[in-house]
Amino acid sequence: MVQRSFLPCLLLLSGLGIWEAAVHLYAIPHYILPAPSAIAITMVEKRSSLAGHALVTLQEMLLGFGLAAGSGMVLAILMFELPVLEKALYPYVIGSQTVPVFAIAPLLVVWFGYGIPSKVLMAAVIVFFPIVLNTLDGLKSTDADVVNLLQVMQASRWQLLWKVHLPSALPFILSGAKIGISISTIGAVIGEWVGSKAGLGRLMLDANSQLQVSLVFAAIFCLSLMGLGLFGCMTLVERWMMPWRYLKPREA
Amino acid sequence: MLDGLNLSAASGEFISVLGPSGCGKSTLFNLITGLLHPDAGEICLNGARLLGNPGVFAYMQQKDLLLPWRTVLGNVLLGPEIKRQPKAAAQAEAMHLLDQLGLKHFYHSYPSQLSGGMRQRAALVRTLLLKKQCLLLDEPFGALDAMTRSVMQSILLDIWRKWQQTILLVTHDVEEALLLSDRIYVLTTRPARVKKEIEVPLPHPRSITDIALVRLKRELLTTLQADLQQSFE
Repeated sequence: MVQRSFLPCLLLLSGLGIWEAAVHLYAIPHYILPAPSAIAITMVEKRSSLAGHALVTLQEMLLGFGLAAGSGMVLAILMFELPVLEKALYPYVIGSQTVPVFAIAPLLVVWFGYGIPSKVLMAAVIVFFPIVLNTLDGLKSTDADVVNLLQVMQASRWQLLWKVHLPSALPFILSGAKIGISISTIGAVIGEWVGSKAGLGRLMLDANSQLQVSLVFAAIFCLSLMGLGLFGCMTLVERWMMPWRYLKPREA
Repeated sequence: MLDGLNLSAASGEFISVLGPSGCGKSTLFNLITGLLHPDAGEICLNGARLLGNPGVFAYMQQKDLLLPWRTVLGNVLLGPEIKRQPKAAAQAEAMHLLDQLGLKHFYHSYPSQLSGGMRQRAALVRTLLLKKQCLLLDEPFGALDAMTRSVMQSILLDIWRKWQQTILLVTHDVEEALLLSDRIYVLTTRPARVKKEIEVPLPHPRSITDIALVRLKRELLTTLQADLQQSFE
């Protein structure tokens, strides 16, 4: 772990160093590009405000992710079990991706108001697609011979789904979830930009209009920290749900 | 793929079906288990025609088909679990069989932690726990190295002598067929027909160096080679 994070940390530190030096060397005004040190000071000074807004955004991300993961998996299972449904719906699932999220954000705010629900839906819309697609691919990846074997054992359709298809799909579902959780920030922040009372997106808009660029950077930093943290959590969930994938061969 | 194929097995008999690769042996098994439907002809058990999947067969393949997310014990208990049999009794029996096949210390290991031979032994335990009178073995030891294969063959013989199942073994290994079975059907390449049927009236355990066995082997190989040559011409 320490060895693996050494290079990325080195890169980060040298990047910050160059940034800091450039800001001082070229005397860049703070409302154009604040130095990393100034951003750090802002983060400490505004920590309670940042934390409050971050909590709102985090809530939107998690609820949106949960909504999309649940409904996406159910839809994928239905599409898998009922090929008619898959044929009918698949073009629309793909087509839904061609609609830019920005385009529907104002509508969602009109329909669901300035509060959290419209942002939760925005995040869900973004997360939904990788979940559905990965779950469906995963369900289809089951070894046909294993399916034959269970059919010879006279397993019911439900048993096949529960004992074979879903576990086979698990690695796919979890990588869909990893993608989903890291992009859920996009939905939440866009939703907040279009119209909101709180959240890191709201904070960024306000700070931007007051030329508090270091606060904008602080909010961005919080967002990526949240994304990274959630991605890390998903990796832990992955290890917990699929222990067999992280085993060493045992000696007889 | 199959044409005019007529096979029969008496109860408790060990039958081998020997044929060149790709002669439709696996299709035959899928027909017997009802996974495929014959265009013509029928599959009968005790004189009654079988339709669909009657659940009277246990089926084992060259691939062990163990589920990677289940431990050895979880894998072998798949059959009883699907049949919703009482767990405790099934588990006790599973452990007993695993012990007999040298998997005592591997109940809770995952398949990825085991060698090919151990995985195939676990697959055999899973097959036996289905408690079927007929075992369909589709090249079950085809992917194993020669040493492991011969160990697995004697394990299978022991089990068969103890449990008296009817066994249908598909193989392209002439020696394997001769060492194990009471009767051997030799199939031709597509369409598969029965080219020859020979009895192996030798007592167990057999040895491949046994003179009677060598004679039968020569006979079988000549038959197989003549057929292969025809198919290449």
